[in-house]
Amino acid sequence: MKISLTINGREVSADVEPRTLLVHFLREDQGLTGTHIGCETSYCGACTVLVDGKTVKSCTMFAVQADGASITTVEGLADNGQLHPVQEGFWERHGLQCGYCTPGMIMSAVGLLQEKQSPSEDEIRHAIEGNLCRCTGYHNIVRAIEYAAAKMRGEEPPPPDWEEEEVSV
Amino acid sequence: MTTTTSVLGGAVRRREDPALVQGRGRYVDDIKLPGMLHAAFVRSPYARARITSIDASAALAMEGVHAVYTADDVRHLGPLLAQVPVGKLRPLLADGMVNHAGEAVAMVVAESRYLAQDAVDAVVVDYEPLEAVVDLRDAASDRIKVHDDLDSNVIITWEAGPFGNEEAMAETKRKIAEAKQRDDTVVVSLDMVNQRLIPTAIEPRAVLANWMPGYERFEVYSSTQVPHALAGAIAKTFGLASNAVRVVAPEVGGGFGAKLNVYADEILVSFASKALGRPVKYTETRRESPHNTIQGRGWLGTATIVGTRDGEVLGYEIHAICDMGAYSQNFTAAIPFLGVFVGSGQYKFPTHMKLDLVHTNTMTTDAYRGAGRPEAIYYLERILDEYAAAIGMDPAEVRRKNYIPADQFPGAMAPVGFALDTGDYEKNLDAALRFFGWEDLKAERDRARAEGRYVGLGLSSYVEVCGFGPSALVDLGFSWSEYGLPSAFNGSGLVRVNPDGTATVIIGTGPSGQGHQTTWAQIVSRELGIPEDRIRVTHGDTAESPMGIGTFGSRSAAVDGAATYEAAQKVREKAARIAAHLLEAAEEDIRFENGGIHVAGSPDKSLTWEDLAKTAYQPHLLPEGLGGGLEAHSVFSPSNATWPFGTHIAMVEVDPETGDVDILRYMAMDDCGNVINPMIVNGQIHGGIAQGVGQALFEDAIYDSDGNLLTGSLVDYPLPTAADLPNFELRRTVTPSDANPLGVKGIGEAGTIASAQTIVNAVVDALRPLGVRHIDMPLRPKRVWQAIQDAQSGRNG
Ligand code: FES
Ligand code: FES
Repeated sequence: MKISLTINGREVSADVEPRTLLVHFLREDQGLTGTHIGCETSYCGACTVLVDGKTVKSCTMFAVQADGASITTVEGLADNGQLHPVQEGFWERHGLQCGYCTPGMIMSAVGLLQEKQSPSEDEIRHAIEGNLCRCTGYHNIVRAIEYAAAKMRGEEPPPPDWEEEEVSV
Repeated sequence: MTTTTSVLGGAVRRREDPALVQGRGRYVDDIKLPGMLHAAFVRSPYARARITSIDASAALAMEGVHAVYTADDVRHLGPLLAQVPVGKLRPLLADGMVNHAGEAVAMVVAESRYLAQDAVDAVVVDYEPLEAVVDLRDAASDRIKVHDDLDSNVIITWEAGPFGNEEAMAETKRKIAEAKQRDDTVVVSLDMVNQRLIPTAIEPRAVLANWMPGYERFEVYSSTQVPHALAGAIAKTFGLASNAVRVVAPEVGGGFGAKLNVYADEILVSFASKALGRPVKYTETRRESPHNTIQGRGWLGTATIVGTRDGEVLGYEIHAICDMGAYSQNFTAAIPFLGVFVGSGQYKFPTHMKLDLVHTNTMTTDAYRGAGRPEAIYYLERILDEYAAAIGMDPAEVRRKNYIPADQFPGAMAPVGFALDTGDYEKNLDAALRFFGWEDLKAERDRARAEGRYVGLGLSSYVEVCGFGPSALVDLGFSWSEYGLPSAFNGSGLVRVNPDGTATVIIGTGPSGQGHQTTWAQIVSRELGIPEDRIRVTHGDTAESPMGIGTFGSRSAAVDGAATYEAAQKVREKAARIAAHLLEAAEEDIRFENGGIHVAGSPDKSLTWEDLAKTAYQPHLLPEGLGGGLEAHSVFSPSNATWPFGTHIAMVEVDPETGDVDILRYMAMDDCGNVINPMIVNGQIHGGIAQGVGQALFEDAIYDSDGNLLTGSLVDYPLPTAADLPNFELRRTVTPSDANPLGVKGIGEAGTIASAQTIVNAVVDALRPLGVRHIDMPLRPKRVWQAIQDAQSGRNG
């Protein structure tokens, strides 16, 4: 089937099998391998992208369903080499280790911050509940999103919470 | 309380991240090669069955299907190699029998991933199902043997106290028995399960093999922690020289021990690529992953402790049956042995351990974060709490009373028979108690209790063994010899200053998120003064790197980091000679500072690294006999493993109506010696704790009695989410290791080793007023609720 859509601001037309998942279309046909696959069953969130501004797990959708839509993947976030504040937050606050969950996690955070300028810690934790990370224990992901939220409000982000010093008694 | 600094690097942001946060990281599944085909596997629905026929004709008739391979095609390659070949080795494809659900029976190779999956569905296999053995006691009884050609399901028994000394062990057993007889002692015993877990890296395993005709060489991309081991295994399996196989581990999306293995699929896609002359890729699906990638843990045991009424422990025993699954892979039978290393924890009391390792009709177990050590520490630190409760003593004080004293370090001998590097357990405990305010926490808990809330405090000490390892451990199997590479678990590092004054560091590790590019740049920058952003670190490529062992067992910094440090020192020495020559100064006056090279006391005499490097590559300008170039390689064998330790504390609240457990606070005081990058170290602890909490509260690989995995999907096997976990409060003490020149100890697994029993101790503490003595993990609401009901009706404890 023929579909036309916008991906990261670029118009794309393609011929796809009806059963092709959006995530496979992005990765295999469009070469946008930043969107990852962790489960293909809508649980891990590694495949999260924005479809018409809303976060969607791209393994839960067929490519044909994206006909006419505008899609943003993690590759489309940075602006002329300038990292998006969420990307910067993940870097600054060590919000990633292996980086595999990261694109999906970042897209979910972008989705959250579009809706809420000043989410509480609890709201952040619940907003990314559908994104699994096995490496970080989420502590620094929450810090990363708090950093980004502050930046996007034009405020100074809170300082990092790792200690350089040991405790002696 | 005072604070000092022992940070060797600083919280430098990671070099790895700009690519990863932009989705530009390259993982195996992202790689496409021209002409690439896709593999998929036909898997057994039965846990134990005879294969009566396989009919692949319909699959082979499909357009775009290139091959369907079965055991007949690959039998000549032998079973899958294992570094510790104790027990039954796995056939590459099931040969006549299947021995666990999901075992691979046939491999399909086709033009596309979707087509390969369609063809899998078209392969018809007939089975004659047989009764499966799943229960560990049942397996140990040999009522049914998993493998007819083995004498017993019990493949080996590890016994220690101390290890390897029968006479001393008899003495230990006698002492413990005597103590039990005394009427002034207390004996506490608990049966406990340390359940099987599914490691679940978020990136499923993937491998892409390419046989290059004419070059007569394999190029293999794999999501592995051990590229050299894989290269060796492929070479040995196909009768090639080890340098005819290049393995590249690009970005690896989490490993946690599950990618510390050589897998049948890695050998099989290599085979297919060679047979078909095309690159072949296989990416496992999440659904098949628990049947294809190793699981971890799986102990069923009894811990018994005997001690005086004032807290002096006189003896500790643990007897457990450990689940190996149907086949032994890389380290399978060695994993419980890692538990033996730390079986007596930080304590001085006589300890007797006996572990029976059994085959069952389930997926293989092997290293999962902590690997044997969380299991061993769990039993010990759980029973210590029950003993403390029995004698009415503060659990922290019971631990303090039984620690190996600081004056026995370095080199203190643990009762299980291994010499520890450095330690000061009381210092660490005191730091934890004072810094986190143990007395205040207890008061807070008591206040909550008085209000009718079920709030509990849990504490656990731990010691870990990691950083393998010493060359002498080769005799215990710490080597890649079975893969044709008889190298001790050395570290290696190559440091090169390039002619433009930048530096390249090449290491043989295979990280999966540990930030080696950053930390190694810090190590080298600290030695040479070259700024970190002018140093590039590469790893995970066997064609480029010196012989490497891989990234596992919290070994990289302590072993490969130390090797790189030594290599940097060699480069520095040579650079100092060149600089002394160029600046007409004495070698000992040369200083490497501020990104350049200076002469002490003569501020006008200096060189840039560019100046120096340029000269280094023009030998005619160098002093006689020095030789051109500016690079060095070092192989490092530590004098001991490293033994980090610490104290973790959790405060939880249980809702007795629902059984819900809420972690109110999680506090950790770890000691991993010197720290290079505190940001990265903390990240490792966070992730480690999260996995221990996952075991304590959520995760369980449950097989039914027919051997079906009931929790194979992420729905049934819930990983902790952001909403399940608290913030972690981390601090540290520093007791530098004497086993390596950096004074560092491993930190990748400590959080996992410390946390599961910390949580369980806290939950049991919360419910002790209701009469609960123990609940087996995972402490899911239903189980907690049931334990409360049972305790109330007198059925628990
Ligand atoms: S791959 Fe889509 S949710 Fe896991
Ligand atoms: S960083 Fe590895 S899964 Fe999140």
